[in-house]
Amino acid sequence: MTTTTEKVIAKAPPKPVLQLGDRIFAGSAKGAGILILVVLAGVAAFLIAQAMPAIVASPADLPGGKTLVAYIAPLVFGTILAALIALLIATPLAVAVALFITHYAPRRLAQGLGYLIDLLAAVPSIVYGLWGVAVLAPATLGLSTWLNTYLGWLPFFAGPVSVTGRTMLVVGVTLAVMILPIITAVAREVFLQTPKLHEEAALALGATRWEMIRMAVLPFGRSGIISGAMLGLGRALGETMAVAIILSASGAVTFNLISSDNPSTIAGNIALQFPDSTGLAVNTLIASGLVLFVITLLVNALARYIINRRREFSGAN
Amino acid sequence: MGKAIDAKNLNIYYGSFLAVEGVSMSIRPQTVTALIGPSGCGKSTFLRSINRMHEVIPGARVEGRLELDGKDLYGPGIDPVGVRRQIGMVFQRPNPFPTMSIYDNVIAGQRLNNKKMKKDATDTLVEQSLRGANLWNEVKDRLDKPGSGLSGGQQQRLCIARAIAVQPDVLLMDEPCSALDPISTLAIEDLINELKMDYTIVIVTHNMQQAARVSDYTGFFNIEGTGKPGHLVEMDETKTIFSQPKEKATEDYVSGRFG
Amino acid sequence: MSIDTERQQSGAEVTAPPVPSLVRAELPTWAPWAVLGGSFVVIGALLAATGGFSIGMLVVASAVVYAVATYVLSRVVEGGRKAADRLVTIVVTLAFLIALAPLVSVVVTVVGNGLARFDVEFFNSSMRGVIGAGGGGYHAIVGTLIITALAAVMSIPVGLLTAVYLVEYGKGRLARAITFFVDVMTGIPSIVAGLFAFALFALFFGPGVRLGFAGSVALSVLMIPVVVRATEEMLKIVPNELREAAFALGTPKWRTIMKVVIPTSIAGIASGVTLAIARVIGETAPLLIVAGLTTGLNFNPFEGRMATLPVFAYTSYAAPGVPREPYLDRAWTAALVLIIIVLVLNLVARLIARLFAPKTR
Repeated sequence: MTTTTEKVIAKAPPKPVLQLGDRIFAGSAKGAGILILVVLAGVAAFLIAQAMPAIVASPADLPGGKTLVAYIAPLVFGTILAALIALLIATPLAVAVALFITHYAPRRLAQGLGYLIDLLAAVPSIVYGLWGVAVLAPATLGLSTWLNTYLGWLPFFAGPVSVTGRTMLVVGVTLAVMILPIITAVAREVFLQTPKLHEEAALALGATRWEMIRMAVLPFGRSGIISGAMLGLGRALGETMAVAIILSASGAVTFNLISSDNPSTIAGNIALQFPDSTGLAVNTLIASGLVLFVITLLVNALARYIINRRREFSGAN
Repeated sequence: MGKAIDAKNLNIYYGSFLAVEGVSMSIRPQTVTALIGPSGCGKSTFLRSINRMHEVIPGARVEGRLELDGKDLYGPGIDPVGVRRQIGMVFQRPNPFPTMSIYDNVIAGQRLNNKKMKKDATDTLVEQSLRGANLWNEVKDRLDKPGSGLSGGQQQRLCIARAIAVQPDVLLMDEPCSALDPISTLAIEDLINELKMDYTIVIVTHNMQQAARVSDYTGFFNIEGTGKPGHLVEMDETKTIFSQPKEKATEDYVSGRFG
Repeated sequence: MSIDTERQQSGAEVTAPPVPSLVRAELPTWAPWAVLGGSFVVIGALLAATGGFSIGMLVVASAVVYAVATYVLSRVVEGGRKAADRLVTIVVTLAFLIALAPLVSVVVTVVGNGLARFDVEFFNSSMRGVIGAGGGGYHAIVGTLIITALAAVMSIPVGLLTAVYLVEYGKGRLARAITFFVDVMTGIPSIVAGLFAFALFALFFGPGVRLGFAGSVALSVLMIPVVVRATEEMLKIVPNELREAAFALGTPKWRTIMKVVIPTSIAGIASGVTLAIARVIGETAPLLIVAGLTTGLNFNPFEGRMATLPVFAYTSYAAPGVPREPYLDRAWTAALVLIIIVLVLNLVARLIARLFAPKTR
């Protein structure tokens, strides 16, 4: 055995003869791939370069006269809060919708219904923003008042109730609508991949449809749901326009979801401030963008890691 | 038309795994040679190494000499693409190009290589090749229809027409009938008998009756056990292999006592 | 009937483990509908009596009552397992309807508010010199088309070639790195892409830079990974047999890819690319940052600010003039035009995928 391996190392396979056309084509394909790496490196490098002046500047020169950390921290808080609300609302809903499409809807309708949900993802975020502030915000006034009256002892609903409805709650719901199709798409895919054998085994044991789903579909799709939720979270963290339009932000750090005193989010803050900013203020905003970049990068990398790990262990292949 | 193939001590690898060991055989021009043997014995691997299709799989490579009329196909400076133009191949499952019509499928070899041809020249080539594959009468009225609309047997003959339209010297067939019904199989076997006038044919088959029916020579491949390399046990005239083989293993296999 | 069941059960007792009866009490098919209707009527009456009637309350409360009532009824008649099954069916169906509600609401709102200014003037005049009513989004439509087209021109070749590399050539560390970073790029927030384009162009043109082309660059960063992903999926499902068939005819690899692999998957690729365009054409944040807004027409993406539909909609709504109404109307119409473009692109993508798929018959 050792002799064969030695022989392999000694006699590396000869370079195959390549035609000129092949070499040009393969080269340009490879070049395009490398270009992507270069662009991504460029994104990181340029952001860092432009954020540098804000990082090294003395706090007195920055907007608001605070340190960079003190400037960005409330924004990070707001970003994560809004995204978590969206995630809490969207994930169970998305799992249910995916189950409906894959296991409940009539076979013939299933694909069409899937397209409908995909259309939800196609609507531009600016449209969701307009819809959120014009329709959803006023519509939640009653709900907010009710929450404040009966659940006001919870810090989330402490009030005072915003009269415009431009609250963190509305932002969360709007973001939930936007990430729902993303989570649904991933969940739908893994649910469809559930081995038919497992499903039939459960049904053959006399399980009802729901018991079959609990025994076969959900355990198989768990990591898919988690990674879909992470992808949705990544999207919610970076969503800009809906937040910029809807939220009445004061920069407060609070869990209060229904007042007009709300923390802003990184992305929303950039969209609102950037067009009128100059000098160090721009660098500060870019520094906050860099923080957002890193956060979404981590979340997405985690999602991909879960997906890939599942792929390795899944018996589907 | 029709060239000889000589394998000299050929070792075929997948990465560091030796799949086929020490094959030496001579294939005479314008004959049909059948390769038989149990599954996994390396007969298909050997076949694919003849026109250098083997190396399409990453890490796959070959040691030893393989000659086509005395020229080493694995020598330095040999372009595998050129080798494949001289040695055509028909696959286990019919694989006409789904984006092309029957007509375009037949001349795919020319088109893909961007050879400019006059319209009447291609017409002649298409008719010639389809006649050569015994398919002309069945498809002459629908040459512009997609090839994937034909039956399995017709598709396989279309693939043979496509292979011979390149005017190769050798035709390799990798279990060409295993996906077909008995009637289509018979049509292909008849075709093989006609094709050997012009081509050297090497066919891998699992069906020993088929080997006995169509081939002049038969090579028996065997494998000692899983993980071991396959090797050529013996090769002789087909009637010798099936009546009085020299090796015990061959006799066991052809008489159905094994494999 | 009852005698039969008895005999079955007594027979079962003799042969040890009791076999469950095959006949089980079941709700008639009309029962769930009756419950649904009933809960509507009861809740409606209740709301009317208390004076708090609203369609939203009616629908929500009826749904809850329907779910609970069906569960209880089924539990009594059919037993706990069947009841749980029915409950989940209702919950899952409701979830789907809830998910569709925003889609319907968005479309209704945008169409309702946008039709007011969905007129000829909107499509043939810009906002130059317009204060108050009148004017239109012609300049923004032009800007959106130019910027998106430029982004597509940059992204599609890069995306296609990268996908070809990953599927047909790539192995080893470089391919793995590219796959990973394409995934990373898919997750870049659009505003960060905008900041990147700004940082890049600020380097050459100074800190106040606003360019249509910079917007295209930002959109490309968002579009390339989508194109790569879509193309990769499509190339992967081209059966290997076709590649081998072409190789066996003595075709070089690059011609095999160009003439066999890509034509076979072109419908899927075109559909994926169309969806990628639809995805970026509505992007607002990066354009707000690098393309800015202007009131007049600008056909040159390499010179000066360029208006786009999403940014036009945003600024008209967020910073209206006085009186507010004409600005808000224009914002909604811009949103309507945007939705129509996106829906049409989605439709086109589906049609391409269906019509141009390789025919098998």
